[in-house]
Amino acid sequence: MAQLLRVSDLRTHYFSFGGARVVKAVDGISFTLNEGETIGLVGESGCGKTTTCLSVVGLLPPAARIVGGGIEFAGEELTTKRPREMRRIRGRRIAMILQDPMASLNPLFSIYTQVAEPAFYHLGTRGRSLRQRVQELLRAVRISSPTVRMREYPHQMSGGMRQRVVGAIAMAGGPKLIIADEPTTNLDVTIQAQYLDVLKEIQQASGVALIFVTHNLGIVAKMCDKMAVMYAGKIVEQGAVRDLFRAAKHPYTQALLGSMPKLGTKEPLYAIPGQPPNLAQLPSGCAFHPRCARAMTQCQTQQPDDRRIAENWVAKCWLVDHQAKEQYVSAIA
Amino acid sequence: MSGNTFRSAPAMLRRKIGWVKAVDGVNFAIHPAETLGLIGESGCGKTTTSKLILLQEIPTGGTIRYDGEEVCGLKGPELMRYRREVQVVFQDPYSSLSPRMRVGDIIAEPLEIHTDLSREARRQRVAEVLEMVGLSPEVARLFPHEFSGGQRQRIAIARALATDTRLIVLDEPVSALDVSIRAQIMNQLEQLQQSLAVSYLFIGHDLATVAHISHRIAVMYLGQIVELAHSLELCAKPLHPYTQALFTAALPSHPDQRHEKLAVTGEVPSALDPPSGCRFHPRCPHAMPRCAREAPLRKEVAPYHAVACHLY
Amino acid sequence: MTTTDEIATATAAAPVPAAQEFFTPRGTGWRWVRELPLVPLAILVPFILIAILANFIAPYDPTEPIPGAKIFEPPFWMQGGSTRALLGTDFQARDVLSRLIFGARVSLIVGVVGTIVAGSLGTALGILSGYLGGWVDQLIMRVTDAWLALPALVFAIFLATVVGPSMWNIIIILGLVYWTRYTRVIRGEVLSLREREFVKLAEIAGGSRTRIILRHILPNVMNSAMVLASLTIGVVIIAEASLSFLGIGVPAPQPAWGSMLSDGRSMMMVGDWWLTVFPGLCILLVVLATQLLGDWLRVRLDPQLRNM
Repeated sequence: MAQLLRVSDLRTHYFSFGGARVVKAVDGISFTLNEGETIGLVGESGCGKTTTCLSVVGLLPPAARIVGGGIEFAGEELTTKRPREMRRIRGRRIAMILQDPMASLNPLFSIYTQVAEPAFYHLGTRGRSLRQRVQELLRAVRISSPTVRMREYPHQMSGGMRQRVVGAIAMAGGPKLIIADEPTTNLDVTIQAQYLDVLKEIQQASGVALIFVTHNLGIVAKMCDKMAVMYAGKIVEQGAVRDLFRAAKHPYTQALLGSMPKLGTKEPLYAIPGQPPNLAQLPSGCAFHPRCARAMTQCQTQQPDDRRIAENWVAKCWLVDHQAKEQYVSAIA
Repeated sequence: MSGNTFRSAPAMLRRKIGWVKAVDGVNFAIHPAETLGLIGESGCGKTTTSKLILLQEIPTGGTIRYDGEEVCGLKGPELMRYRREVQVVFQDPYSSLSPRMRVGDIIAEPLEIHTDLSREARRQRVAEVLEMVGLSPEVARLFPHEFSGGQRQRIAIARALATDTRLIVLDEPVSALDVSIRAQIMNQLEQLQQSLAVSYLFIGHDLATVAHISHRIAVMYLGQIVELAHSLELCAKPLHPYTQALFTAALPSHPDQRHEKLAVTGEVPSALDPPSGCRFHPRCPHAMPRCAREAPLRKEVAPYHAVACHLY
Repeated sequence: MTTTDEIATATAAAPVPAAQEFFTPRGTGWRWVRELPLVPLAILVPFILIAILANFIAPYDPTEPIPGAKIFEPPFWMQGGSTRALLGTDFQARDVLSRLIFGARVSLIVGVVGTIVAGSLGTALGILSGYLGGWVDQLIMRVTDAWLALPALVFAIFLATVVGPSMWNIIIILGLVYWTRYTRVIRGEVLSLREREFVKLAEIAGGSRTRIILRHILPNVMNSAMVLASLTIGVVIIAEASLSFLGIGVPAPQPAWGSMLSDGRSMMMVGDWWLTVFPGLCILLVVLATQLLGDWLRVRLDPQLRNM
C-alpha cells in the first residue's frame, strides 16, 4: 500500500488579541496514512483534532496559521500551496464530511445540484453522464430510488439521509482521502450503524482512505485500522487499533478505554479526575500529568517525546521507558 | 411498600393536522432508590414522557401516580410537595443554569420556593449539597459561565438535590459532556443514589451508558414501551426485535467484537401516522401477518422481563 | 477525592466569559475600563458634569439679563463682543453661555429620565406580554400597534397642550410616547428566553410566575434594554428640543436648547449666528455621543442585537 498522507511535526497556532495570545492548538503532530487505510483521530473537545483536519485541507480560520511542519499528500507538500491550487485539491482529491448535515447542505439547491457539483467542476462531467454519476453515487450511499430523490431538497429528507447525501457529495470528485469530522454525532443509534456500514462499503469499493475524527472509541473500534489519540494539541499515543485496545501504554488512552461503559457488565467506570486542559495555559512538562494516576516527578518538568513501543506504535510517555527497563531487567534476571 | 408509580396511558398532543400520539399507552413504575433507564431514538416519546412526569404537559388520558396518589390536577400544597420531591437535570449544561445568578442562588432557589429556611440555613444547605457533588462550597459565589460543562452538570445535580428530592428525571445528562467527564458524573450519580436513596429516571440514547447506570431499562419505540427488563437481563437476552436491533447497532467496545449486520432498515416513521398493529412491523425482520393487524400487549415472559411482541 | 482537583482547576484555569457581561461579577476587576469608548464618553462626561455643576460654573443667572450688557452682543472673539459674555447675549441680553449650561441640565434630565420612564414601561409591558402570553399578549400587542400608528411628535404636542408644559410633564409625555420601541424587542427576547432550560427548571421547581419574571427573565433582558435605552436617549433629547422649539416644551424663562434655537431663528437672517449655532451644536454633540455609546454597547453586550 502506497503512502498517501504524511503529516510531520505539524504545528498550527491561533493568534488573538493582536498576537498577544497564542493558543497552540496543534503542537507537533506526526502521523502517516496509506491508501485505503482508516485512521481514527481520537480526543476530547479542545484537543486539536478538528484543527488538524482544517490544516490538512487548508481551511483554517483567519486567526490560525500553520507555523511549522509539513503535510505531504500523494507526494506534494500542501503547506506551501497557493489558495488556487488548494481549491483544485479540495473536493477532487481530498474531501471532507462535517458533523451537522443540515449545515453542510444548502437548503436552496436540490440534492442533484449539490451532489453533481464536485463532478461538474473538478471532473468536467456534463449532461447524461453527470446524471448517471449522481445516481451511481446516491445508490452507493444506499439511497433508494435515486432518480426521484435527486430532485428533492434537503429539508425533505431525514437526518440520516442527509448525512448520506453529504457522503455522496464527498465521493463525487473521486477523492483519495476523505476526512470525516464527527459525522455521526447527531444521528440516532440505528441510523449511525447504517451510516457507518455505508462508509465501510464505499471504502471497500473505491479504496479511499479515511481520517475519522471522533471522541467515541466505539466508532474507532468498529471502523479504523489505526488510531491516534490526541491530548492538548499533541498525539499522545498512536498505533494499530487492536494493539491500543488490548494494551494501551499511555495513561490517557488507558483512562479513555476504562471510562467507556461496556454493554453487559456493571464494572465501575474509571473517572479521569480534573478537566481537559485550557490550551492557553498548559501545565508544564507533560500536559496530562495533573490528571495522571501514574505521574512521576519527571513528568512535571519534562515533556515526553515519542517513545517507541513497537513498529508503528509510539506513545509520548516517560512510563514507556520505565516499562522497557523493567522488562529488560526481568529478562536478564 | 410505597413506591412511585407512574402509569400513563395515551397522551396525545394535538396538532392542527391530526393527532400526534407522542406517548401512546406507556406503563411503568419506578421504585425508591432505583434507576429506571428509558432508551429510544428520536421520536420515541421519551422526552414527552419526561415532560408528563414533570407536569409540563397534560396527559390526554391515563394516570400518573406518585406515592400512590394521582398527580395530574394537583394544586396548592400537594402540588408544591410534588415539585419539591421531583426534580430534573437537563442535557445541555450551558443553558440550564441561569446566566445572571450566582451558583449559590441557583442552588438555593428550590429552597427559597419550598421552605422558609433562614438565609443562613439555606447557605449551609447549599454548602452541604455542593460537597455532595464534589465541589467546594466556595464556588457558591461564582457565576455559571466560569465553570466547565461537567462542573455545570454537577451544579445542576446539586440544585436537584437541594430539597428532599426523591426522584430526579435525568434527560440525557451526560450526552453533551466530554468522554472523560462522563464517567465522573455517572459515578457521582451512582454514589448519590447509594447515600441518599434517591430514584432516577435516566433518559438516554446510548445503550451502554443507560445500561450501566440503570437497574431496569424500558425500551421505547414510537410512543410505546416495547420491552422492560432488568438491565443485565436485557443485555444478556434482548427479546424484542427492536431491542435486538439497538444492540446490534450499538458500537463495539473492542475491535475484536463480532458484529452482525443490522437487519433493521429504514427510518423511524412519523408519529403523526403510526403503522397499524405493532408499530414496529414495517421494519421488523420477523414480522408476521398478525403484526399488521393487532397491536401486541405487554406480557411478562420471564421474571421481571416484559415484552410487547407477537413472537412471545 | 475529586474535590480538590475540581477547585484547583476551577480557580486556576482562566475563566472564559461566554458573552460580555454588562453587570460584571465582582471577580473580574476593572479590566473593562480600558475598553470603554473614548469619543462618546469624552463628549458626554463633560456635558454631564456641566449639567450637574451648572450652578457653580455658569457665570450668570440664565434667566436674568447681564447687567450693563447690550442685547445681541456677539461672542468675544468677534468685533463688538467682550469677555463679559463669552458666547454673546440673546434678545434679552442674557448670557448665551450660561443659558447653554443650564440648558444642558434640562436636555440631559429630560433625556435620561424620559428614557427611563419609556424603558421601564416598555420593558415591563414587553415582559408581561412575552411571558404571560394569551390574551394579555394580544391586548398589549394591539395597544402597541395602535400607539405606533400615532405620529410620535404630534401626539406629544397634543398631550403637552392638554396637560400644560413643565419639565416633569414633558418627561412623562415623552415616556408615554416612546415606550413602544422597547415592548416589541423585549417581547421577542422573552419569547425565546421562556423556552430556555433554566426558565423551565424554575417552573419545574415550582417557582411562581412573579418569581420567574423577576429573577430569571428580567436580568436577562436587561442587556437589550440597556442597549435600546442608550439608542433612544438621543431620540428623546431631540424630541424635547423639538417641543421646546415649538414653544410647548419647558416653559420660558427656563433655558432649553430647543427654545434657544427658536428664539434665535429670526436673527439668523441678520447674521447673529451665535444664537442658533451654539445650541444646535450642543444638541448635535450630545445626541451623536449617545448614539455612538449605544452602538458600542450593542456590539459589546449582545451578539444577537448586532444585526438590528
